[in-house]
Amino acid sequence: MSKSNTAQPAICTRGVTRDFPAGQDTITVLHGIDLDVKAGELTYLVGESGSGKTTLISIMCGILWPTEGEVQVFGTDIYHLSDTELVNFRLENIGFIFQQYNLIPAIDAASNAAVPLIAQGMPRHEARERSIEMFDKLNILDQADKLPNQLSGGQQQRVAIARALVHEPRLVVCDEPTAALDASSGRRVMDLLRDVAVAEDRACIIVTHDNRIFDLADRILVLEDGRITHDGTQMPEDH
Amino acid sequence: MIWIAIRMLTGDRQKFYGLLFGIAFSTLLITQQLTIFVNLIERGASGVYNVSSADVWVMDPVSRTTDVAYAMPSTALDKVRGVKGVEWAVPHLRANASVRTKDGDLEGVAVIGVDDATLIGLPKSMVEGSTDVLSQPDAVIIDDVGTTRMFPGESPIGERLELNDQRAVVRGIADAIPSFTSTVVLYTKYSQALRYVPGTRNRLSFVLVGAADGVEAKSLSDSIEEQTGLKAQTRDEFARDGVQFIIENTGIPLNFGITVLLGFIVGVAIVGLTFSLFIRDNIKQFGALKAIGVTNGKIARMVAAQAAMVGLIGYGLGVLGTVGFIYGFSNNPTFKGFYIPWQIPLISFAAMVLIIALTGWIALRGVMKTEPAAVFR
Repeated sequence: MSKSNTAQPAICTRGVTRDFPAGQDTITVLHGIDLDVKAGELTYLVGESGSGKTTLISIMCGILWPTEGEVQVFGTDIYHLSDTELVNFRLENIGFIFQQYNLIPAIDAASNAAVPLIAQGMPRHEARERSIEMFDKLNILDQADKLPNQLSGGQQQRVAIARALVHEPRLVVCDEPTAALDASSGRRVMDLLRDVAVAEDRACIIVTHDNRIFDLADRILVLEDGRITHDGTQMPEDH
Repeated sequence: MIWIAIRMLTGDRQKFYGLLFGIAFSTLLITQQLTIFVNLIERGASGVYNVSSADVWVMDPVSRTTDVAYAMPSTALDKVRGVKGVEWAVPHLRANASVRTKDGDLEGVAVIGVDDATLIGLPKSMVEGSTDVLSQPDAVIIDDVGTTRMFPGESPIGERLELNDQRAVVRGIADAIPSFTSTVVLYTKYSQALRYVPGTRNRLSFVLVGAADGVEAKSLSDSIEEQTGLKAQTRDEFARDGVQFIIENTGIPLNFGITVLLGFIVGVAIVGLTFSLFIRDNIKQFGALKAIGVTNGKIARMVAAQAAMVGLIGYGLGVLGTVGFIYGFSNNPTFKGFYIPWQIPLISFAAMVLIIALTGWIALRGVMKTEPAAVFR
């Protein structure tokens, strides 16, 4: 996949709707979402549980098909790709940071971070060296040889960040990155994420409802009942 | 990714060892039980294998095995000797008798009368003494398995026995393949055997025949049947009939078959359950890999590598266990001469592959069904 074409919005959704079956009926979780996400910004997707933010983020990063609508990521209409092309697109262009980190417990931190490169076919030792360089940037170089269960929550989150960035993706998607961390750890992780993940040619979207970190956002999108009800640089007064 | 898959598996030691145990146990059960089964039923032919020099066995038409034989009149021997292509023909007697031991116990034995002049009918080698001892009065040779049953921990040489109320003296020990029932066998001269085994008018159990140079055993047996009206079988045919008799007239194939089937089912159950638990415990990691961009094909190869690894190691341990069992019991008379036919490890390998394929497929379905989007829930 090409990694150029930064003039366009990083993500462009038009009329994205998503229905889920519920017995005999269907529930519409997203109602025709039109959204442009720019590169170089830290964008928050905020909303209550059930507001549709997880569904929207899943659709935007190509792991959940919309019922209707179109999604372009860096100019590529991702749901017109074949299954294999879409998987490869994700591997090349998207970095994921999961709420539960989802590190592989049996391999050390550096190898965990190297997984996207290994999946791309890079030899293991070379991939591990690249991930250790990323560990250096994230100030966890001394944790490289440790297993995930030997790391604190904050350290595991940093390993997850390293894994999301090691292959230099153009879109970084974070799901509740501070939910499992205390206030100070969460803040440090967000500062770090802002330093390393936000770049001129990279978009970073964070799904969160952690009001302790709202002030770090460049843009906040509020989702309610499957519709975007607020789009600004700060949270609306009534939230 | 294969490296990651292997580390995922070996990192969860409990499940890894559980999987190894399941495969090893299943392989051990299947291989060991099939080995015992094959060796046991082959003992249905031990009476034939013990007489290696006879090319053709001649018997009454109703006789079926060395132990299920109907006696012929002694004139049968002359009839057989008159057939063209017969190099030699000797009488052979097999009958049951009772022995009273020096402790006063009663033991059922098989008495085998071998040709007085040539001693054809004796096993090929002796454990102790020589075949010449049969020229001594009342001499009998006992088989080695019989020695351990009747004279445990002591030498039987020189021991006197009360064989069907007559005196017999053990003068040697033969190295013989035990019979299916591991009955004690006493070898003696044919003329002596007739004295030990009172019975009906006809007592000639078999005529053992050697083929002349250039004469095939099969054509000779056909000629004998045609010219004498008796039943004649080559050594291999008669051995096969002995095995077939065991298969048809005992519950052994069914019992061993059930055990082998249980081994397979236990393997599927243990491995299937453990593998499914392993996959379930790692489903978030697999989901994350799928979200990151690892294709279903690569995930399938990862699971296949995990399955193949436990399969091969577990299979190796199971076969080693069987080899250890056979080696460990090689001195036990019950398992004398037991070996592992090459086909049996192949059969258990096929069973292992089936177990792994089945359980791996079930486990893989769980991974394949996992939506990458599930990692965000």
